[in-house]
Amino acid sequence: MIPAPFAYARPTTVDEALQAIADGGEDVKILAGGQSLIPVMRLRLAAPETVVDLTRVTELRGVREEGDTLVIGAMTTHHDVITDPLIAQHAPLIAEATETVADRQVRRRGTFGGALAHADPAGDLPAVALALDAEFVIAGPNGRRTVGAADFFVDYLTTALEDGELLVEIRVPKLSGTWGVRYEKFNRVAQAWSIVAVAAAVRRENGHIAEARIGLTNMGPTPLRARATEAALAGADATPEAIAAAARSAGEGTSPSSDLNGQADYRAHLVQVLTRRAVSAAAGL
Amino acid sequence: MTSINVRVDGASYSDDVEPRTLLVHYLREQLGKVGTVVGCDTSNCGACTVHLDGNAVKSCTVFAVQADGSEVTTIEGVGSADALHPVQKAFHEMHGLQCGFCTPGMIMASIDLLQENPSPSETEIREGIEGNLCRCTGYQNIVRAVQQAAGELSGSAGQA
Repeated sequence: MIPAPFAYARPTTVDEALQAIADGGEDVKILAGGQSLIPVMRLRLAAPETVVDLTRVTELRGVREEGDTLVIGAMTTHHDVITDPLIAQHAPLIAEATETVADRQVRRRGTFGGALAHADPAGDLPAVALALDAEFVIAGPNGRRTVGAADFFVDYLTTALEDGELLVEIRVPKLSGTWGVRYEKFNRVAQAWSIVAVAAAVRRENGHIAEARIGLTNMGPTPLRARATEAALAGADATPEAIAAAARSAGEGTSPSSDLNGQADYRAHLVQVLTRRAVSAAAGL
Repeated sequence: MTSINVRVDGASYSDDVEPRTLLVHYLREQLGKVGTVVGCDTSNCGACTVHLDGNAVKSCTVFAVQADGSEVTTIEGVGSADALHPVQKAFHEMHGLQCGFCTPGMIMASIDLLQENPSPSETEIREGIEGNLCRCTGYQNIVRAVQQAAGELSGSAGQA
C-alpha cells in the first residue's frame, strides 16, 4: 500500500527540525531511517499530518568521545555503528547487538536513535542501552535535557520524549576495567525480531565476577534489567555452576507477553537459559 | 508536490513527486524501471532492493524525495543482455532462480555484499542475503551463484 498524504519537511539543523516539528500541526512524525515508520505508514497504522525527515541533519550523525563518555549521534546508522572504531573499542556490546538487527539493507538506513525512540520491546538496542546505563539527550523548544535509560523507556512503544521534542544523542559511559560482553538473541528465522534476548556485560577480577550488568529484550513492555541475577553475580565465582544458579532468577520482576512466537512461561524459561549463556560467554567461560 | 533531481542507471531525471511516493513506485511508474519489483508491504522480502549512492537499500522503504540529489542503480543498470554483470552471469549459470521474482533484489544485494566482502564464506553469504526471501529455490543455488561470482570478480577460479 501507499502511505496517506502528508506534509514533508526536510530540515538541515536541529533548530530547523524543532521549528518544523512545532509548525507541523497536531500529528507530527519524525523520520530517522524510516525502517519502522515507513512500513507502519504503508500499512496505514500511522497517517501523520507532517513528516519531519532528519536525513540531512548531519550534526546528528557520528560517534565522538567526551572524556569517559562515548557520544553517539541519534542519526548514526546501524551500519556506521557496527563499523565504528570507537564503539568497537569502548562499547562492543552495542556493535554486537546491532549486527543482529534486521538485515543488511535495513541496517544501512536504520538508525541507532530511531530504534531507541521507537522503543519496540522486541528491538535489540533498548536493552543494551539500559544495561550500559546510557543517557538520552533530548532537544525541545525550551532547550536540552538529559534522561537516564531507566526513565527513558516508559511503556510499550513509549518513551520520555514529549511532543515537540527530538532525541539528539545518546551518551554511553565507557566501561573501565576488564569487561567481557555478549548479546545472546533467540529467534527462529532470518531477520526476525527477538523472541527473547539478553545483553550482558561482565567485569572479572581475580577469578571472580566483580560486576555484571544484564539487560533483557522482550521480557515486558519495556527493556528490563535482571537485577536479581546481577546481585547474585556480584562477587560470585566465575564458574559455570555459580552462573547457572544466578541465571535462574533472571525472570524475576519481568512480565513477558504471550504471542504467536511463544507463551509467557516459555519466555520465562528462555530468559534463564539465555542469561546463563550470555553471562558465561561474557565471563570468558 | 516536491521536485527532485536524481541520477538513475546513469541518466539524470528532474521530476515532481508527492512526498508519500515510495522510491520503488517512482522507479517503476514514473521512470518505467520495472526491473525492480515489489514483493511485500513490510520491508521483509528485499525484492525491491536497489543501490542508493552505492549501498543496497529496500526501495519500498525509502521515499522518493529522500533520493533527491542521489545516485540510484537498479537491476537495469548493472549490465546488459550482451554483457551481463558477473553476478547476473553467475545466477544464470548456476541456476540461482526458479520463478525469478526475487532475482533482481537478490542480485543487487549480492553485488553490495561482494563490494564489502569480496570472498565471503558460505555462512557470510547466507547472512549477507538474509534480507532477501526466495520461496522457490531453498537458496542452495543462489549461494552457489554468489560463490561463483565472488570467484570471478576476484579473478580466481569460481568454486561451485
